[in-house]
Amino acid sequence: MADPMRIRAQAAGDKATVRVLMAHEMEGGQRKDASGKIVPAWYIQEVTATHNGKPVLTAEWGPAVSKNPFLQFVVKGAKAGDKVGVSWKDNRGDTRTDEATVS
Amino acid sequence: MRMTKTLVVASLVAVASSAVWAQKSAAVQSIEEYRAMLQDGNPADLFEAKGEGLWAQKRGPKNASLEQCDLGKGPGVFKGAFVELPRYFADTGRVQDLESRLLTCMETLQGLNAAEIAKTPFGKGEQNNMTALATWIAAESKGMKFNLPQAHVKEKTFYEVGKRLFFQRGGPHDFSCASCHGENDKRIRLQDLPNLTKNPGDGVGVAAWPAYRVSNGQMWGMQQRLNDCYRQQRFPYPGFGSDATIALGVYLAVNSQGSASVAPAIKR
Repeated sequence: MADPMRIRAQAAGDKATVRVLMAHEMEGGQRKDASGKIVPAWYIQEVTATHNGKPVLTAEWGPAVSKNPFLQFVVKGAKAGDKVGVSWKDNRGDTRTDEATVS
Repeated sequence: MRMTKTLVVASLVAVASSAVWAQKSAAVQSIEEYRAMLQDGNPADLFEAKGEGLWAQKRGPKNASLEQCDLGKGPGVFKGAFVELPRYFADTGRVQDLESRLLTCMETLQGLNAAEIAKTPFGKGEQNNMTALATWIAAESKGMKFNLPQAHVKEKTFYEVGKRLFFQRGGPHDFSCASCHGENDKRIRLQDLPNLTKNPGDGVGVAAWPAYRVSNGQMWGMQQRLNDCYRQQRFPYPGFGSDATIALGVYLAVNSQGSASVAPAIKR
């Protein structure tokens, strides 16, 4: 089970800024371990975000994204009290979904 | 995202390499801009959240949480504990820093094998939990000023021992801690080297650890920080939670007395 994300969403005017911190190894698949064996690739491939259940962002990520990635985006029309959900799926099929309330 | 970071670093390198003395302030300013950009979204938050969970989670052979752990301010008190460590603990008869104290609690309360955990390399198994716990407890003292007790004779002894260790030269490079951290305004590449023989100020030196290292994606506690300093000096690795590392911790933290802790910080 993957560790939880940290999502902060703050409304300002007619939009809200969402900051997401994801806990993931994001192993690129090029590194070798101490015994010389390739460390298998393990990274987030799909990221989706929803605003009150309605999709507002989808992204395709690859091995070049850093470990424990940070994502920031703006949702138009989001106001305090709204729900923002973020989920990711990695190349092993593991997924994680977390939700936050806009403040 | 990584692209942006790389570009920023590349431009910083260009600034730094062309820097003559007069331009130094511009270079320093750019470094600070880069650091400010990293501040938002410090992955240390993830370790903090994990540590908070671990504190209350029933674990180990005794199936107990750490909620009764005495970090120096009474059982279960974690707010403000970090800025008063290392300190003397009567129950163990030792001066202990945050990590060695947590180790004691993990053994006495949870029944985990402290010797085994101390031998585990950083970043593996139970050491990951240790780092997360240390991160969270340090974060609970964020903004507070270092205020170490120095009344007990052992606490004073540890300060003196730490001071000697700080200036002790040795190893194939004939290095001491003071070789890099004994003067003002020193720098290795983009890293400012604080002068740790006196108070380096708020959030510098000991007041910035535990910290997240962006370059290797690792969260480091003070024990690992000191361990890596010894690696860079080509000394043998000190034991985890050993008296030598704690003595150095006392020396550094007492020198920082009155400075505010910003831990968990984020480093390049």
